[in-house]
Amino acid sequence: MKPGHGEVLIAEGDVERAEDEQRLIEEFRRQLDAGLWAAVPRSDREGRRESIMVRTFEEIPWDADRVIFFPRAAGGR
Amino acid sequence: MVLALAATALVALALLSDLIVPRVEETWARLRAGRRRTPTWSYDPGRERRAEQRARTLLRSCVNEEEWAMYRDLGFLRVWGTLADGPDDVGGTGGAPYAYLIYPHRPIVAYLAQTHRLLNEYCVTFPDETRPYGSSRLPDSDDVLAKWMALTGDERRLISTANMHLPGRQLDPAQVRRDLWRLSQWERTRMRQLAAGDGPDRPADRQSAA
Repeated sequence: MKPGHGEVLIAEGDVERAEDEQRLIEEFRRQLDAGLWAAVPRSDREGRRESIMVRTFEEIPWDADRVIFFPRAAGGR
Repeated sequence: MVLALAATALVALALLSDLIVPRVEETWARLRAGRRRTPTWSYDPGRERRAEQRARTLLRSCVNEEEWAMYRDLGFLRVWGTLADGPDDVGGTGGAPYAYLIYPHRPIVAYLAQTHRLLNEYCVTFPDETRPYGSSRLPDSDDVLAKWMALTGDERRLISTANMHLPGRQLDPAQVRRDLWRLSQWERTRMRQLAAGDGPDRPADRQSAA
């Protein structure tokens, strides 16, 4: 998510291909190092939509089709 | 006499140099920075509209159909609270169900679902300090989606990050209660339509839900 732009595709690939996975891991770390939060939207067991916050690449569910990065929350006025 | 004064002035300058030199350097640096051209971004309504359109598409792909319809029709989202005794700072809800209303770029409002009693306002922002187009502010629907993801993903973390205020600090409580009434009416209509089997009405997608 970007101010003035909305959604931006950062990287895509197939985690079952080694070179893709490595690229995705590096990009994931780069985004988190830049201070962004990462979330994976999905359906829970009862079919409701929810998201899970992920802090490491390993926490991303194996069946996730995308990870959304967004600016870290801060207390507002 | 002149020689003595000059010598005194030199000694004074030498003694004061520790104080003067940093100030001179700072002033020089500030002057140089002032001369440099800094990129300025003017507000472009077309760009903002396209950004909002992308944000709405992303939001729609993340929430369920009912939540999307709620945002499209009413301009806010409801997210149910999941903490056993409510948000930490409301003194406990006694196990009563509670929920949050998410507005774009406004505080999140917590309320008791059955009585509609307002609990708190939670002021939270998602500033992007890289300011890619001169602003740190996400499009409206991205702001709503960020709140939705943070609340459904880690409610306690978001609530502890936010600045908590009593209801009425930024949002008019009467307006929030009207929104809750609109939400109950909207749900009733939707239930009736679903029961009748003709599906909820699908009004044309509004450009701005706020």
